[in-house]
Amino acid sequence: MLSEKITSSHSIPFWRDIRVLRVIGQVLFLLIIAAGIWWLLNNLQMNLKTAGLNIGFRFLKNTAGFPISEGLRYNPTDVNAYAFWVGIVNTIRVAVIGIVLATVIGIVVGVARLSSNWLVKKLAGIYVEVIRNIPLLVQLFFWYFAVMLTALPLVGDSIRLPGSIHLTRRGVYIPWATATESFSTWMFYVIGGLALAIIVYVLRRTQLKRAERPGFPIAWAGMVFILIAFAGWFLTSGNPLALTVPVLKKFNFTGGLWLSTSFTALLMGLSVYTGAFIAEIVRAGILAVSKGQIEAAKAVGLKRAQVLRLVVMPQALRVIIPPLTSQYLNLTKNSSLAILIGYYDLMNVGTTIFNQTGRAVEMILLIMASYLTMSLLTSLLMNYYNRRMKLVER
Amino acid sequence: MSVTSNEGIIIYRDVHKWYGDFHALRGITFTMQKGEVIVICGPSGSGKSTCIRTINRLEEHQRGQIIVDGVELTNDLRNIDTIRREVGMVFQQFNLFPHLRVLQNVALAPFWVLKMKKSKAEEIAIQLLERVGIPEQAQKYPAQLSGGQQQRVAIARALAMTPKIMLFDEPTSALDPEMIKEVLDVMKELARSGMTMIVVTHEMGFAREVANRIVFFDFGQLIEENTPEEFFHNPQHERTKLFLSQILDY
Amino acid sequence: MNDNQQIVHTVKEQLRPPIERIPVFRWLKENLFSSWLNVILTVVSTALIVTVVFGLLKWALGARWEVIPANLKLLLVGTYPVEYLWRVWTTGYMIAFLLGFSGGSHGGLMRRVSTTAALISIVLAVLPFPWGTRGWLVGIAVAAAVGFGLGYLGKGIRWCKRLEIAAWILSFPISLVLLNGVGGILPVIGRRTTWGFLLNLIGAVVGIGLSFPIGVLLALGRRSELPAVRWVCTAYIEIIRGVPLISLLFMASIMLQLLLPANIRPDLLIRAMMTVTAFSAAYMAENVRGGLQAIPRGQYEAASAVGLNKALITILIILPQALRLVIPAIVGQFISLFMDTTLFGFIAILELLNITRSIMGNIEWRGTIFELYVFIGIVFWILCYSMSYISRRMEKTLGVGER
Repeated sequence: MLSEKITSSHSIPFWRDIRVLRVIGQVLFLLIIAAGIWWLLNNLQMNLKTAGLNIGFRFLKNTAGFPISEGLRYNPTDVNAYAFWVGIVNTIRVAVIGIVLATVIGIVVGVARLSSNWLVKKLAGIYVEVIRNIPLLVQLFFWYFAVMLTALPLVGDSIRLPGSIHLTRRGVYIPWATATESFSTWMFYVIGGLALAIIVYVLRRTQLKRAERPGFPIAWAGMVFILIAFAGWFLTSGNPLALTVPVLKKFNFTGGLWLSTSFTALLMGLSVYTGAFIAEIVRAGILAVSKGQIEAAKAVGLKRAQVLRLVVMPQALRVIIPPLTSQYLNLTKNSSLAILIGYYDLMNVGTTIFNQTGRAVEMILLIMASYLTMSLLTSLLMNYYNRRMKLVER
Repeated sequence: MSVTSNEGIIIYRDVHKWYGDFHALRGITFTMQKGEVIVICGPSGSGKSTCIRTINRLEEHQRGQIIVDGVELTNDLRNIDTIRREVGMVFQQFNLFPHLRVLQNVALAPFWVLKMKKSKAEEIAIQLLERVGIPEQAQKYPAQLSGGQQQRVAIARALAMTPKIMLFDEPTSALDPEMIKEVLDVMKELARSGMTMIVVTHEMGFAREVANRIVFFDFGQLIEENTPEEFFHNPQHERTKLFLSQILDY
Repeated sequence: MNDNQQIVHTVKEQLRPPIERIPVFRWLKENLFSSWLNVILTVVSTALIVTVVFGLLKWALGARWEVIPANLKLLLVGTYPVEYLWRVWTTGYMIAFLLGFSGGSHGGLMRRVSTTAALISIVLAVLPFPWGTRGWLVGIAVAAAVGFGLGYLGKGIRWCKRLEIAAWILSFPISLVLLNGVGGILPVIGRRTTWGFLLNLIGAVVGIGLSFPIGVLLALGRRSELPAVRWVCTAYIEIIRGVPLISLLFMASIMLQLLLPANIRPDLLIRAMMTVTAFSAAYMAENVRGGLQAIPRGQYEAASAVGLNKALITILIILPQALRLVIPAIVGQFISLFMDTTLFGFIAILELLNITRSIMGNIEWRGTIFELYVFIGIVFWILCYSMSYISRRMEKTLGVGER
């Protein structure tokens, strides 16, 4: 008699069954989303039809017809797809160099903020607070229009920095090494040295492991590599790399490497700006290692350097790496502001192709896909690293 | 949904639960009568907490049958709502709502779930706070109270729904020693008033004094079930004897 | 009893810690010259400071600052019609009044913020602006003071608090209507009007205001038990966060109208606002998610144990706690969104930064590029720094408060 009263699982009306409700909820949700997307796409189709357009990527094979003044070797007669690729490489170029510079600035300023020297501490603090609270674009404009194009002298009377670096209104000229014909011979030594170094590293590491002793296998490997690379340099006939120094000829410099005004301004702006954020991350990371950890490490008799290498760095890095990656991503995304100061990054090339061809939808998809790919690749790498570094937590 | 007394207010029939591959409850079967006080003990990780959390479906069981007050716990939304209204629960970490005052903590559920008038809900809340002995704290925030006081508020909050059954999940484990007694006193009073209670605890003194039955859990199984008298003086199972020797020979 | 007294007597009186006076020169030695490295660092930084400060001073004294006052109106409110400027001021009064009210009723940080705002307006009124402007500026201080008085009187009264919250929320649409106008009653500000710095402010406020509810929903969706909801929300958030704002603005300027029916052709300004909202919502969602994650599981369990359903748990228990935790993060987001509004220039909207180009195009002001950028930098810096300062203070008070 009672068993009838007990509502058993067979007789639940579907509108009260959690499992059924969940499925219905999700289906409904997806239907609404799909309807929204369908509506947008439908509008798109109608609009394209009235404008007499269609969607397709064949225009990428057409001749680009516009110049790109820096980056990979490129001709206006090359196809759009290649022009876009030049833009992508330019984005990666400014992003990678910017990331290196920003990291250096960030570490120096971050450590300076914790300095025992009052003046240094305050200076670093002012740098961070000033830079972080002014829009990046204002800073970029400042670097580009005010510093590069107004404050710097004409090519004729460039500002010379030690090491034959010339700052001019037309860009920055720095000495640069170019490969000579014996370069490939030397590369052979370099690659050989690298291989040998890896072997040495592995051997030394297993040896240390077996002997159960501490040591620096990486230092051994580095030594081997440098030795062989050096030996190779002298064994190769003629210098594999030739240093060319910028020299003023009539109206312009020849030799060396030319960094365009927009590239220099973008690089400076991005690294100075991101450096301020990285400084805060570095500082927080170092502060996150509790005093007790350092005291404990000292108490077991580790030397200062060992404390830093074995206790502070691993823990600080665990705190630093995730926000650092997002700063790197931010820098990469911010490099799209290049378009406003005329550097040919992927955003700039992309919009130029749009202006030439009128392909709005396609170019936006391409631009977004490029940035998304970079973001996704970075976060995948990041996740992998995080998983490896994660403390064993309960 | 009335219940014939001989059937039991809580019925477990071969209840199983897995966390991934881990078999947390391995065929629990027992029946509890209205008005009973049952103490569940056992080593940590033995499944005792999991077991009482299946009663109000904070955890879902995957096999077997749980019937609370004549209602089987299934995926039926209404049944779950019904049971949660009838079963109060007190947690190890109190879990008071830190953004609400003590009074609001207690009056929240009557107001929103039972759709009581606000004045009525607050009146009940005051009464309950008097019952657990802290009416003067009504306007404070939980963080301003001691652990013992917080746990008493948590009991009042659970009682505000006038539950038929009260679950206590290690209610004194997070408390400083000097505060344990004030909470246990409230629980004793509750037991004497005829409340049906299941208590997971290590307080053996409380178990001896208040419990009708003691249930011993290990490895997700119900190892032994006995009256306090028998349980402490004449444990049947080797595992129980070992456990008792570990916690009592101090 | 006796025992108790005994104990009381054995407890020693609590003493104040001795005040340590550090002589100037010991401070110098400890903080600047403690080691050789420090001596070198001190010398180098002093040299740096002297060069920079000297250079800046030299430039600042010779700079043509007159470009700023001459174009101040253009920079701040663009070509907003002079006869309607009272609407901008009224909006300012409303905000000042509300700030004062909150300051009066809450005290603490809010009070300092409102008094500072009033003080700043008085200081500005002393500067040699036209007399009309000065009058308006004094009005700001007066509005704040009146609000302060009323707020102080209404302190602790329940309906006053509710009124205050409602007024803050309502001030948002009211300001927009007031500034933009509404058909029939207030003349609508024409499409060809440029808004100058006002646009940067509106862009950031609209972006944060509208993205807040969307962001909360997205964050809840990303933590949903329903996989389909979770995936869609995650995809939206990650896609938006994976691309630069400028690419979204580009999309808004050339592609958005393709996605809408032929009879809906929103103004460029509206499209920009939509973009900023969509962009900001993804970041808002991540901030809110951070707050949601900080709420312990026990809160959900306790709330469901007393019989609350999922919606009630979210509204009554989880969101109030989570949102309080993320206020500082939202302020941070507001600051960066505010700075990001300078990108509007990319789609030919004349905000503060873009307007400088038209000033520099004027032959009279050629070569004032440094002055203009420094001015813009200072304006943004003051606003952003004070906001981040407030949010940091808030973080501290919130942290100590009720948890």
